[in-house]
Amino acid sequence: MRLEAEALVVRYHGLVTPALDGVSFDVPSGSFYAVLGPNGSGKSTLMKALLGVTPTAGGRVSLDGRPVAEWGRRELAQSIGAVPQSEQIAFPLRTRELVAMGRYPHLGPLEGERDEDRRAVTRALEACDVADLADRDVTTLSGGELQRTRIARALAQEPRALVLDEPTSSLDIRHEMAILELLRGAVDGGMTVLLITHGLDVAAQFADRMLLLSCGSVAAEGTPEEVLREDILASVYDWPISVRRDTETGAPRVTPRRVTRPQPSARSAFHELSAPPPPPPRRGAS
Amino acid sequence: MSRWALAAALTLTLAASVVLGVRFGSVPISTGALVDVLRGGGEPVVRDIVLQLRLPRVLLGVLVGGGLALAGATFQALLRNPLAEPYILGISGGASVGAVLVLALGWAVAGSWVLPLAAFAGALVAIVLVFRVATATGRAMDVRVLLLAGVVVAAFFSACIAFILSVSPARTVQSAVLWIMGSLAAASWQGVALTAAYTIPAALLLIGLARPLNLMAIGEETAQYLGADVEGVKRLSLAIAALVTASGVAVAGVIGFVGLVVPHAVRILVGSDHRALLPLSFLAGAAFLTLADLAARLALAPTEIPIGVITAFVGVPFFLVLLRRSLGTR
Repeated sequence: MRLEAEALVVRYHGLVTPALDGVSFDVPSGSFYAVLGPNGSGKSTLMKALLGVTPTAGGRVSLDGRPVAEWGRRELAQSIGAVPQSEQIAFPLRTRELVAMGRYPHLGPLEGERDEDRRAVTRALEACDVADLADRDVTTLSGGELQRTRIARALAQEPRALVLDEPTSSLDIRHEMAILELLRGAVDGGMTVLLITHGLDVAAQFADRMLLLSCGSVAAEGTPEEVLREDILASVYDWPISVRRDTETGAPRVTPRRVTRPQPSARSAFHELSAPPPPPPRRGAS
Repeated sequence: MSRWALAAALTLTLAASVVLGVRFGSVPISTGALVDVLRGGGEPVVRDIVLQLRLPRVLLGVLVGGGLALAGATFQALLRNPLAEPYILGISGGASVGAVLVLALGWAVAGSWVLPLAAFAGALVAIVLVFRVATATGRAMDVRVLLLAGVVVAAFFSACIAFILSVSPARTVQSAVLWIMGSLAAASWQGVALTAAYTIPAALLLIGLARPLNLMAIGEETAQYLGADVEGVKRLSLAIAALVTASGVAVAGVIGFVGLVVPHAVRILVGSDHRALLPLSFLAGAAFLTLADLAARLALAPTEIPIGVITAFVGVPFFLVLLRRSLGTR
């Protein structure tokens, strides 16, 4: 399922600077697309605009060739599984019930769960390694367990595309890699995945193409090799970064460098606060 | 507990409450006499008591109790707040101002319909005011603004009531306080018919919205991603819940705790799926209020204790026990 945006502009009420200012991208069907960028660069806004949840001030979004405005909410939910950064679950709910909500787009208002729905939920629970948590209350789950549960819910929708906003931020190495391998496997099977993430290295290993945002605009777009370059990254993240090639996989390996003295930049106040204090003067010096 | 087990238990309890509510009061009526009346016969005095006093009163208790519990559960889901209850949008404040005004001006004696009408009108003013404030920015309705607006509007109406009462004679103050504390004593068949006209369609509509309400309860953004028309569901279910509450307050005054405690108790027993929570809350609220009304009539007969007192005295300890049990098993 192809996801495209052209010259997307999003303005939040009361703010002068647009959250997204003329962003264009094209996620080919069946590809793994990563969206990266510093805090506040517009990544989460991009997800909301893509799925028609935030009104746009300009540009157009097409999902599977049709403008997003033409998609009904339910229809969209049947085709795209979306996992936002966070939720506010107000009342006790069991894990299985939360994942089962992924089947709602496929059910009429009075229709009960069918066998195929139960099977989809079980498969999703197992794929995300939360099957043994199925009867636990979600409020007792750890941050990582809850994240995996929400990813399972998106999988239970049996969508053609997945859009995930920092889904692995609370996950340990094993679980993060397992989820990414799962997503990569789905992509190899025809799924389209758009992943918003802070993990540059990990994105480089799994993504086919990437989009790097900076202050609401596109700083770079292309393959990991094209986007993850020292000059681009240092400029976007305002921090010295070195990029090497991983000798085993050949993927770019991104390493931020330590700063031992304040950098002369417009935002150097932050650097000065975090820089170590100057060494005390040596005894005996004049 | 299984949903169907609870449904059966509540239905039986409700049926028993209705029968007990009609049989007992300051004049006890035997089952035999009751059956006679229902068959069309029986002594005229007994017929009057059953058909003109007890039956409408009990049925009103069923409708108001069920409606308040349903509205409470709906508000809790929409506002994603366990402390939400039917009066949280200032509805009780608005209704009370309408009722107190009419009592202070002496218009209540013009007809038995004046007081409920004024209360309902006051409730509508509160609802419209709060909705206006919450949608003032022209964007999507922010439920946190709604909550805040409701609290502020309720406080304002409280001040209005205090002002009116401070310049009114003692008799008016007593009538006003008794009205506000809630009572089913003024029940009539017209009242039952009107309340049923609001409550039954409302119940059916809200139960039909059970899945969207499940989604609303985990967050609006996620609800949209799972196919819910969030703005539409919010406005429709808020309006329905608000109107059911307004109709309940208009006929019965401000009966507290039913809308707050009953949904939580049901949630502890069968979970948060609104497809079960809503109908079971209705049944539980109906049974609870009917029994509370019976207690209100019998405890210090022939004086009637305000029903809000019973719902608090009984509802709170019962709920605390249930809460401790649920915390213990987690």
